[in-house]
Amino acid sequence: MTRTRRRRLMLVGCLLLGLSAAAALMLTAFKQDMLYFHEPSAIAAGTVPINTRFRIGGLVKMGSVSRPGDGMTVHFAIADCDASVPVTYSGTLPDLFRQGQGVIAYGKLDAQGTFVADRILAKHDSNYMSSDTARALKAKTSVSCMPSRLQASR
Amino acid sequence: MATSAFKRWFHRFGSLPYFYGVSRSWARWLAVPGLVLAGYAVFAGLVLVPADYQQGDVFRILYIHVPSAWLSLFGYTAMAVAGVITLVWRLKLAEIFIVAAAPIGASFTFLALVTGAIWGKPTWGTFWVWDARLTSELILLFLYLGVIALHQAIESPRTAARACALLSIVGVVNVPIIHYSVVWWTTLHQGATVKLTGGSHMESDMLWPLLAGALGFTLIFGWLTLWGMRVQLLWRERRSRWVMRMVQDG
Repeated sequence: MTRTRRRRLMLVGCLLLGLSAAAALMLTAFKQDMLYFHEPSAIAAGTVPINTRFRIGGLVKMGSVSRPGDGMTVHFAIADCDASVPVTYSGTLPDLFRQGQGVIAYGKLDAQGTFVADRILAKHDSNYMSSDTARALKAKTSVSCMPSRLQASR
Repeated sequence: MATSAFKRWFHRFGSLPYFYGVSRSWARWLAVPGLVLAGYAVFAGLVLVPADYQQGDVFRILYIHVPSAWLSLFGYTAMAVAGVITLVWRLKLAEIFIVAAAPIGASFTFLALVTGAIWGKPTWGTFWVWDARLTSELILLFLYLGVIALHQAIESPRTAARACALLSIVGVVNVPIIHYSVVWWTTLHQGATVKLTGGSHMESDMLWPLLAGALGFTLIFGWLTLWGMRVQLLWRERRSRWVMRMVQDG
């Protein structure tokens, strides 16, 4: 390799190194803002600014879904392995909404600590199988909770 | 000597008339298996594989979405590598590769975004959210368009190529961000299903057509890029003796 080429390669290397460092610093600084939703355990730990509207994500807690009154309002709890937050919502739910399934709610905590949501999105768990396999699996395993960081485990 | 053999190959490969001659048959060797594999994947995705236990038939769009998303990342990374070769070794073929690959990579990125939105509406309940994965993939589309626009904007092909090479290298920082966005932050987009390490959470009947599709679309990407490179090459060398002679000889 000639000297000019080696020098150019060094320059390109330095450019990439500098850019990566800048990107890493920026992303670390804005870490909170890069999160699309917060988990129940993070809310319990008090690391989330809860006086404003925010998104909360986790699994729909098993056995927590109830529809009192008109049938449009639904009560359930969003949970990860360590904490759970009661949610109330009225409106249409996405097709994938069901117990034990990932969900993201957008809204605000009220004075009683209930999360009043005005928007619900379903989060897909990135598992794909046929109904037959799902039935066979269900006999063996049961997903009871998802560790915090939904995606890290799946 | 291995090094001198490599150097010889490097110089022969770098020779533009030689590349133009052999790339025609290379393109065929990419096109035939690519079309067969991609065709199989699409057919299997639409007809052969069972419906998903939760999503039903909607999940079948993934046989287009996943290969497109993979190629959006692969294409840009390849452009960045060609960018380094352009800036350091000044190899003309690398310059031409960037120019040829950019519109094809942009198309696959667009396809990944659109198929994702179509899938997102019935599954998530929304076409689009500004989470880290979707936003960074949209930025990737803008980076591709930036490379294309930069090439159009600069008159001198060599200067244009160097500018495009630089933008390719700068933009490649976004590629690991896209890939790891679902790990580093909370996103609406789910994490990776198919991983190199650790088992995948997809049953094998569904997985094999997907892998065949990823390989097939990659070969198609290579085929289209190669043809793009041939066109670029002819245009850039239109005043050179070998192109003129070829045109006169028919």
